[in-house]
Amino acid sequence: MKPAPFEYVRPSSRSGVLAALSEAGDEAKVLAGGQSLIPLLSMRLASPKVLVDINRVPEFSTLHITDNQVVIGPTVRHQELFDSVAARQAVPLLAQALSFVAHPVIRNRGTSVGSIAHADPSGELTAVLALLEGVVTIESLRGSREVTGSDFYVGPLESVIMPGEVATKVTFARLPVNMGTSCVEVARRHGDYALAGVCAAVVLDEERAVDRARISLFSIGPTPIVVDISQLLTGSRSSTATFIEAARFIASTVEPEGDIHATAAYRKNLVEVLAAKALKSAYENALSRVESPR
Amino acid sequence: MSESLFEVQVMVNGLLRSGQVPARRLLSDFLRHDLELTGTHVGCEHGVCGACTILLNGKAVRSCLLFAVSVDGQEIVTVEGLVNQDGSLGSVQQAFQDSHGLQCGFCTPGFITTISAFLDENPDPTVDEAREAIAGNLCRCTGYQNIIKSVMRAAEIRRATDFSGSGIVTA
Amino acid sequence: MTTRTFGEPVLRREDPRLVVGKGRYLDDLGHGSYEAAFLRSPHASARIVDIDVSAAIGMPGLIGIYTYDDLDGRVAEPLPLLIPHPNLTGGRTGYPLAKEFVRHVGESIVMVVAENRYLAEDAVGMIEVLYEPLPPVVGIAAALAGDRLVHADVPENIAAHMVQEVGDARAAIASSKNQLSLDLHIERSASTPLEGKGVYAIWDSDSGEMRLWSSTQTSTGVRAAVAAKLDLPLQKVECTAPDVGGGFGVKIVHPWPEEILIPWAARLLNHPVKWTEDRREHFISSAHERTQLHHVEVGFDDSGRILGLDVSFSHDNGAYTNYGIIVPIITSTQLLGPYKPVTYRVEFKSLYTNTVLVTPYRGAGRPQGVFAMERTMDAIADFLGITRDKVRSTNFIRPEDMPYDHQLIFQDGRPLIYDSGDYPASLEMLKQMIDWDGFKEFQHEARKSGRQVGIGIACYVEGTGVGPYEGGFVQVETSGRVNVSTGLTSQGQGHQTAFAQIVAEELGVPIEDVFVTTGDTRRFAYAVGTFASRAAVMSGNAIALAARNVRSKALRIAGDALECDPRDLEIIDGSIQVKGDPTHSIQLKTIAVLSNPLRYAFDESTKAATQFATGDTSKPPIPDGEEPGLESRDYFSPMQSTFASGMHAAIVETDPDTAEIKILKYVVVHDCGRLINPMIVEGQIHGGVAQGVGGALYERMEYDEGGQLLNASFMDFLMPYATEVPFIETGHLETLSPLNPLGIKGAGEAGVIPGSALIASAIEDAEGFQIRKMPISPSELWQLRIDHQSGLIPSLKAKEIQV
Repeated sequence: MKPAPFEYVRPSSRSGVLAALSEAGDEAKVLAGGQSLIPLLSMRLASPKVLVDINRVPEFSTLHITDNQVVIGPTVRHQELFDSVAARQAVPLLAQALSFVAHPVIRNRGTSVGSIAHADPSGELTAVLALLEGVVTIESLRGSREVTGSDFYVGPLESVIMPGEVATKVTFARLPVNMGTSCVEVARRHGDYALAGVCAAVVLDEERAVDRARISLFSIGPTPIVVDISQLLTGSRSSTATFIEAARFIASTVEPEGDIHATAAYRKNLVEVLAAKALKSAYENALSRVESPR
Repeated sequence: MSESLFEVQVMVNGLLRSGQVPARRLLSDFLRHDLELTGTHVGCEHGVCGACTILLNGKAVRSCLLFAVSVDGQEIVTVEGLVNQDGSLGSVQQAFQDSHGLQCGFCTPGFITTISAFLDENPDPTVDEAREAIAGNLCRCTGYQNIIKSVMRAAEIRRATDFSGSGIVTA
Repeated sequence: MTTRTFGEPVLRREDPRLVVGKGRYLDDLGHGSYEAAFLRSPHASARIVDIDVSAAIGMPGLIGIYTYDDLDGRVAEPLPLLIPHPNLTGGRTGYPLAKEFVRHVGESIVMVVAENRYLAEDAVGMIEVLYEPLPPVVGIAAALAGDRLVHADVPENIAAHMVQEVGDARAAIASSKNQLSLDLHIERSASTPLEGKGVYAIWDSDSGEMRLWSSTQTSTGVRAAVAAKLDLPLQKVECTAPDVGGGFGVKIVHPWPEEILIPWAARLLNHPVKWTEDRREHFISSAHERTQLHHVEVGFDDSGRILGLDVSFSHDNGAYTNYGIIVPIITSTQLLGPYKPVTYRVEFKSLYTNTVLVTPYRGAGRPQGVFAMERTMDAIADFLGITRDKVRSTNFIRPEDMPYDHQLIFQDGRPLIYDSGDYPASLEMLKQMIDWDGFKEFQHEARKSGRQVGIGIACYVEGTGVGPYEGGFVQVETSGRVNVSTGLTSQGQGHQTAFAQIVAEELGVPIEDVFVTTGDTRRFAYAVGTFASRAAVMSGNAIALAARNVRSKALRIAGDALECDPRDLEIIDGSIQVKGDPTHSIQLKTIAVLSNPLRYAFDESTKAATQFATGDTSKPPIPDGEEPGLESRDYFSPMQSTFASGMHAAIVETDPDTAEIKILKYVVVHDCGRLINPMIVEGQIHGGVAQGVGGALYERMEYDEGGQLLNASFMDFLMPYATEVPFIETGHLETLSPLNPLGIKGAGEAGVIPGSALIASAIEDAEGFQIRKMPISPSELWQLRIDHQSGLIPSLKAKEIQV
């Protein structure tokens, strides 16, 4: 399975990338990690006229953690983000989700921004962006714009990025100490795409009860599904029963599709099981963060 | 209507190698056919089986999911480059022999590079960590039992030889 | 002192080369040859109306484009139907390039040869084929319905219909105290070796010779097929199997279209040509196996003894029957396992569907038969309230019953007679290893903490070492190097080591001096191939016989040279000496010199030999009936197969919420007679078990109603990774085979055979309801739970009484 021919450019600067993309318009694809793109090219399911390789733009590989933010450049590899202690402390959900992304060898090359831009509804990071309302900076020769969270996604494998544009960074706000997160999924094999997955974020009040809670679902809809269940959980503590009830509610709102790996009904069941698990785990994560802040 | 060719220069197993290839030439094909280093194998060309795994700047990656042009100027180590300076089998290679970690041998180079990089970072793994480390590579012959043993044996060999570094030799 | 090698876990001689990347697999060869790519049918069933190659002409690097109309001579004839059978009344094969109809997605229509594979694929992409799609037949139900036909001239899609019976099973069932009826279903999977197929051919127009390599399990078969199809004398074709990255059955089929077309193109173009199959091609144009639907009727007494067993099944053989009906025949006969039902009837219909052809995949029909038998055993146990091990041992063939004649005909056309085996002993060992008796307690404790666990068991018997023959050649060179060759092939079984062990032991030479070649028609031209767990039995014995001939000739010549009785001599480390007297000795390599009387002394060995020249002028230098050289060629051709056996047990845990299935413990007891190399045998078992687990829990070829294969990649066809395969514990029994000099039985397929039966048994025990269809995914198990709760599936009986 060999790719069809394409023109190849490898600019060494941001402006070079933008110029190349502008010139090629909708006939170009961006090559970052390539772990999702190259199989499509090899199977000839995609045959762009131009491939713009962005791996040699030095500033694109920057992973920047400040007091307030984690800023991820477009060629930062999954594994680097996963290994970054500072990133993990600032936004633990990133590492929690990344532990499910493929296998380490794929993570060595695949990029987190690329994965987000790929907009795969089965992608863990897709759900993380939606849940935490991460900000995607999209640039072109015309200028730059920012799109937040779920607004970034249009449909399966479709984001708001237009021809001539490229995502040049994704920014996550540092999580407050009283916010705990978790990511859980069920997959057929280790490292496979999830049959269903849930990311959860729980914020505690001063009495360490649940103040707010949100979840996002992946592999369940055409884009990540975000559900705010604060109303159902406000004031609850470690009661498994309330998390289960919240999970039941979440499951009742979704209509997943079936495929060769799992039926729709089973996926719905997984949403219920996993949401309860994720909420409980996020709650416990919040407690431990509050109890031993760094 | 011929394709443009790009000059690619890479350090492979410690030697500077070069070629002129179209942009779409996969790194796996560049290594195997342009450089005639056929130790790296191709099992699926969609990144799942791991037989094509090589070390790029020390990190294990799938060579079927890279274009040769993308690695211009970088450093690659293939299974051929993991022998010792004196030509004897490298620690992971020796471990595979000692532990009957291969049968048909087709998936083996991808395991060897993967494990080599893994042990560089984790010299003293548990059996579970060893299993996890190889969980991205497919083998149809061994049922993985002896590959896991090979990881543990390689760690043992490295400890015994007071190992330091990844054993890359000029091939 | 010579180290014993037979029976020892000698490290493999293949490995040093392979672990440093110096293997020579098919695609590693042929640098600089042209490469081929194929346009393959996107439709499951269609008539080809027109092929328009005009847009592809002039593409860069294009060498040639070929369709059916370009094929000549025998190449234009249908592919051979291997293994014809009187019951295969509707046998059909395709053409190397489709002639008018295509009958499965993936069937080859156009071959493109170009300077490299990239350019070949580009040209393929420019070819336009006009099809008239036809309604496809997908699945057994559609095939049985018969309203659409895969082959217009094969009514009801029935390729073969066969019945075998012993006694009157139906009458026996009708008059039995107890009866049960089961419907069982196993789904399609495939060998999927990590290396696909590949062919590389060089035509030497000066000598009119074809030199051919194929990633095959039978180089002699491919050679013969190519010679026949290209109208070449056999002598002018040589075929070698290079290093092969796994076979598992899919590479025994021959000739594949490409195995004919690539040498044909090489001759036409007078240039080397190579084809390497890619992964998608392997999914849609090689072979699959396993789909069968069984209906079982069984009659039994209150002890669980089977008085009548009546099995009828439908077998999906895909679009063509290139490999005959071997798979369903094996199912029919091996279904019986280690048991002796009083009467037995088995009937099958082998049906065409518009899907990839079905040919043997490791296990070759046994997994399906074992599934039917073992599910039946569990059902009987549950019905009667007796334990699952007890019902099995009640039905066992006993050691004193051996040899046991089932009065059926096996896949080799010979009577199904088990030669040896000790099933009660195997069961005892298995129960110990898994702590069968302690499980109830473990299950009870687990339930208290909300965990669901179950234990399963499955037994099988495997006919191995199927004939008709294999040969071995052993030769001692004057340097002391021992060359060994056999015609069958290797795909990772360690033949270069195991066969060297045999010769090292028989000849008394260091194993380092022994070099084994397999699968090269230049080195051994008479062979059948590697399949049916036969290589060690067939070639191992043939090689042993050849080695013994060499030994006896060597001792005879040594006896002359040392002036003593050959019976007083032994060979240690390549030195022939009088027993207990190392000073009175002669080197084996010197005997090699002496055995080949020449006028000329080339080297030290030959010169040194002159001191032993016997100069017996009463006989010619090469006496009557003798040949020069210290070598021998011999063959092993047994009366019948030899029957290995095994039993597996496993403990599984199912998640109450997600229905995920985890294997906690997996135990194998295995009997393949004497072991040449226990390390290699265990490795074979491990690999088989992994395929069994894959087939039980993960692998299924998903065809949609239109005959499209939905999961034609490793992303969606789920082969297990290391995290999906449990730790495997193995125990061995050695019941020698009385049928061959070495006392060995085959081991290659053992690990996979009971996989689905075993896991179904364990899940059933964990869940409390029947599992009749495999493979099973968490989603499917979850749905079965719902069906069970709503009464659609019956529960197992609550209690088991220890009988």
